[in-house]
Amino acid sequence: MSEVNTRQAAGAWRNAINAIVRHRVAATIGFLIIFPWLVPYHTLAINILIWGLFALGFNLLYGYAGLLSFGHAALLGVGSYGCGIVIVHWGWPWYVAILCGTAFASAVACVIGFLAIRTRGIYFSMVTLALAECVYYIFYKWESVTGGENGLRGINVSTINLAGFEINFLDPVNKYYVMLGVVAIALWLFSRILASPFGAVLETIRENDSRAAACGYNVANTKLMAFVLSGAFCGVAGALRALHLSTVPVEVMQISTSGDVVMMALLGGFGTFFGPFIGAAVFQLFGDALTLWTTHWQLYLGATFIVFVLFFPRGIWGSILHWLRVAKP
Amino acid sequence: MTEVSALMLNITLDLLLLQIVTGIALGAVYVLVALGLSLIFGMLAVVNFAHGAFFMVGAYMGVWLFTQTGNFWVCLVLVPLGVGAIGLLTERILVRPLYGRGIDYPLLLTFGLSYIFVEVVRMMFGLNGIPFSTPQGLTGAVDLGFGHFPRYRLFLIGATAAIVTALYMFIEKTSYGLIIRAGARDPEIVRVLGIDISKIWLVVFGIGTGIAGLSGILAAPLQSVTPEMGISLLADAFVVTVVGGMGSLKGAVVAGVLVGVVVSLTSLVSPEAGRVSIFILMAVVLLVRPQGLFGRTGALG
Repeated sequence: MSEVNTRQAAGAWRNAINAIVRHRVAATIGFLIIFPWLVPYHTLAINILIWGLFALGFNLLYGYAGLLSFGHAALLGVGSYGCGIVIVHWGWPWYVAILCGTAFASAVACVIGFLAIRTRGIYFSMVTLALAECVYYIFYKWESVTGGENGLRGINVSTINLAGFEINFLDPVNKYYVMLGVVAIALWLFSRILASPFGAVLETIRENDSRAAACGYNVANTKLMAFVLSGAFCGVAGALRALHLSTVPVEVMQISTSGDVVMMALLGGFGTFFGPFIGAAVFQLFGDALTLWTTHWQLYLGATFIVFVLFFPRGIWGSILHWLRVAKP
Repeated sequence: MTEVSALMLNITLDLLLLQIVTGIALGAVYVLVALGLSLIFGMLAVVNFAHGAFFMVGAYMGVWLFTQTGNFWVCLVLVPLGVGAIGLLTERILVRPLYGRGIDYPLLLTFGLSYIFVEVVRMMFGLNGIPFSTPQGLTGAVDLGFGHFPRYRLFLIGATAAIVTALYMFIEKTSYGLIIRAGARDPEIVRVLGIDISKIWLVVFGIGTGIAGLSGILAAPLQSVTPEMGISLLADAFVVTVVGGMGSLKGAVVAGVLVGVVVSLTSLVSPEAGRVSIFILMAVVLLVRPQGLFGRTGALG
C-alpha cells in the first residue's frame, strides 16, 4: 500500500518537473515573480536575479557549448562599466545604458572569443582567464573613465519613466520587478536560442566538435557566436548590476568573480535552464548566512566547490532532473 | 618629437642590458611556476588551477620556517618538501578520483582548493602582507660591467638554472625519468608493462607542486608575501604556458624568460604597459601559432 503511495507521489513529482521543463520560460518567470517574498529581504532577491542572469549567460557557453570560460568576470564588468559610463559621463537614459552595456560586453566578448576559440579544452580556460585579467588591468589603470581603484561612482537613477508612469527606482520591490522585465525578455531569447538549429549545433559541438565539423558545421564561427551571445547576456546582467548598486566596484573584474559564476552554474547544474537561478539563489543565501557567523566564508565556498565536483557534478537541479529521469531541457 | 628623442637618448645600451638582466630574473620565477604547471599537465593532463596557491603556500611556509630556524638555506630545502607533501596528499585524495571523468573536473576542483589554501593562510597569518627581507650573504649589488645588479636576483637566476638542469637530468637521464616520459606518451602501455602508473602520477604531482612551493620562497624577498600573491601570478603563469606550449618543458623555460624580458623592456618605456604587454604577446602567439612556441599541434584534443 505504502509502496503504491510512494510510487504515485514520485509520479506526481515527475509530472510536475516535466511540466516545468516543458514550459521552462513561463515556469522560471513564474518562480521569479513570487521569489522576493521567499527570501529574507528584497535586496537579496535583486542580487540573486542579477547573478542568476549572469550564470545563465555563462551556462550558454559551458553548459551547452562545452567551453569552460574562466574569464566571465570581464564580461560582467564591462557590461557594468558600459552602462555606468554612459550614465555618469553623458547622462543617457537607463534603458539606453542597458543596451550600451550589452553592446560593450558583446564587443569585448567578440575580441576575447576570437582569441580564445583558437584553442581547445583546458587551453581555452587558461586563455580566457588570462585575457580577463588583462581587461581588469586596463580598466583598473584607465582612471579618467573608469574611476580606477575607487570604481565608477554616481550611477544615480532614482526614478524611471515607464510608459508614462514615474516609478521610484530606489524602492527594492519596484527595482526588482523592473529588472525582472528585462530578465524575462532575456530568458525568452535564451530559450529561443537553445530551441533553434543553432542551439542544436552548440550541443553537437559540446559532445564532439570534430564530428560537428565533419557534418559540415562551421565550428569556429558557432563557438565565436556562442561566446558573443554569452557576453551579451552577461552584459545585461552587468548593466543591471550597475543600476542596482549605483556604482561599479573594480573588484568585480577580478578572477574571483569568474570563479563565483562557475560555482553558481555548478551548484545549479551545468547545461540546465533553471539551474543557474537555483545556483545563484543557493550561493547568495549560503554566502549571506555564512557572513553572519564567520569571516572565513571562502573556506566553506572552496569546500562546497570540491564536494560538488567530487560527488554532485550534476548540481542541484541537474541531480533532481536525473533522479526523476526526465530528459534535460 | 623632442620628447621621444629625449627618451631615446635616456635609454643607453647599459640601461638596456641591465633591464634585460632584470627581465631574466623576473622570468626566472615565471620559468619555475610554468615548469611545475607544464610538468603536471604533460603527465596527468590536469591543469592545476591551485598552482598559484601552492606558490603562495610555499612563500608562507618559507616565512614561518625562517622565523623558526633563521636559516634561509634550510628553508630552501624544507619548503619544496613540505609543499610537495601537500601536493601528494592533494593528488591522492582529491584529484585521483577524477581521472577519466572529463578534463574540466580536476580544473574545477583545484580552483576550489585554491580558495581553501588562501583562506587557511589568512586564518593563520592574517590578511596583511609580511615583508621578507633578502637573506644575509645575498644582499647588496654586483658590478656586471654595464651596471650594478642586485646580488639576490643573480642568485635567483642561478638557482633557477640549477633547478631546470636538475629536472632535465632527472627526466632525461635517469631510469625513473624514462618511465615518466613513457607514461606521458602512453600510460596504457606503461601499465601493461607492469608499472604502477598511478604512483608515477602521484610523484609527478608532488614534484610539480614542490617546485611551485620552491618558487614561492625564492620570490618572497622580491615582493611582499600576501595571501593573494598567487592569484595574479596564476594568470601570468598561464600566459607563459600558452606562449611556450602546454606540456613542453623547453617551452616553459624559453617563454618564461621571454615574458620576463618583454615585461621588463616595456616597463622601461611605460610602467603601465608592462603588464599589458605580456597579454599582447600571448594574443600574437595565439594568432600566429595557437599551439605555442614548442607545443605539438593537436596535442590538446
